[in-house]
Amino acid sequence: MWAILAAALLGAGAGVLAGLFGVGGGILFVPTLTLVLGLSQLHAEATSLLAILPTAGIGAWRQQRYGNVRWRSALILGIAAIAGVEAGVQIAEQLPQDVLRRLFGVLMLIVAAQVAFRTLRKPAYPSES
Amino acid sequence: MLRLVLIGLLAGLFSALFGVGGGIVVVPLLLLVAHYAERPAMATSLAAVLVISVAGAATYAFHGEVKPGAAAIVGIPAMAGAVAGTTLQQRLANRTLSLAFAALLTALGVRLLV
Repeated sequence: MWAILAAALLGAGAGVLAGLFGVGGGILFVPTLTLVLGLSQLHAEATSLLAILPTAGIGAWRQQRYGNVRWRSALILGIAAIAGVEAGVQIAEQLPQDVLRRLFGVLMLIVAAQVAFRTLRKPAYPSES
Repeated sequence: MLRLVLIGLLAGLFSALFGVGGGIVVVPLLLLVAHYAERPAMATSLAAVLVISVAGAATYAFHGEVKPGAAAIVGIPAMAGAVAGTTLQQRLANRTLSLAFAALLTALGVRLLV
């Protein structure tokens, strides 16, 4: 019972992240499904995709009403990403996983610094520029 | 158009290689490479994630690896969370959004490294 409650709360948190930042929520869904609900990694990743579907759906619908979605771009991105996944699966089978993880971790930190730096360099109020 | 295709390809590649969602790759690339403002970048990414998850969930469901009960436990509260998240996003300054997103990327980067 507590596990279900905890999973539901973490799910809500994943939804907030999804709506706020435009990510799917898998960052929280997958660990919740494995650690709290005891699913295997494979089942968790598959199940996470199913949970992301209505989450991204309702989020995109809300963003559509706010006028923020560029659907043509989203469609191009989505379809290209599906092709990318296919390529990624082929590559993943031939490279050591822990090396990949570390590389990606470093890359995330570099990108985070870039995003923060770009933001901090801009004036806080556009009228000042 | 070519830029978007490349961003999408990279997002798919990374999500297959590292098990992260496409959004975590799409948002910074839309911000830094395609020069989208924060809200359109994040909203368009979410719509792209929707497209990806339709294809992904269908593939996995076909193989029988999806647990619908568990998906409902996390997914239904997540729908409410997504409404709260998008509402909150409209009220935050671009600057705040960018810096908070950078913090999220940092947390993820650290988690992958340790």
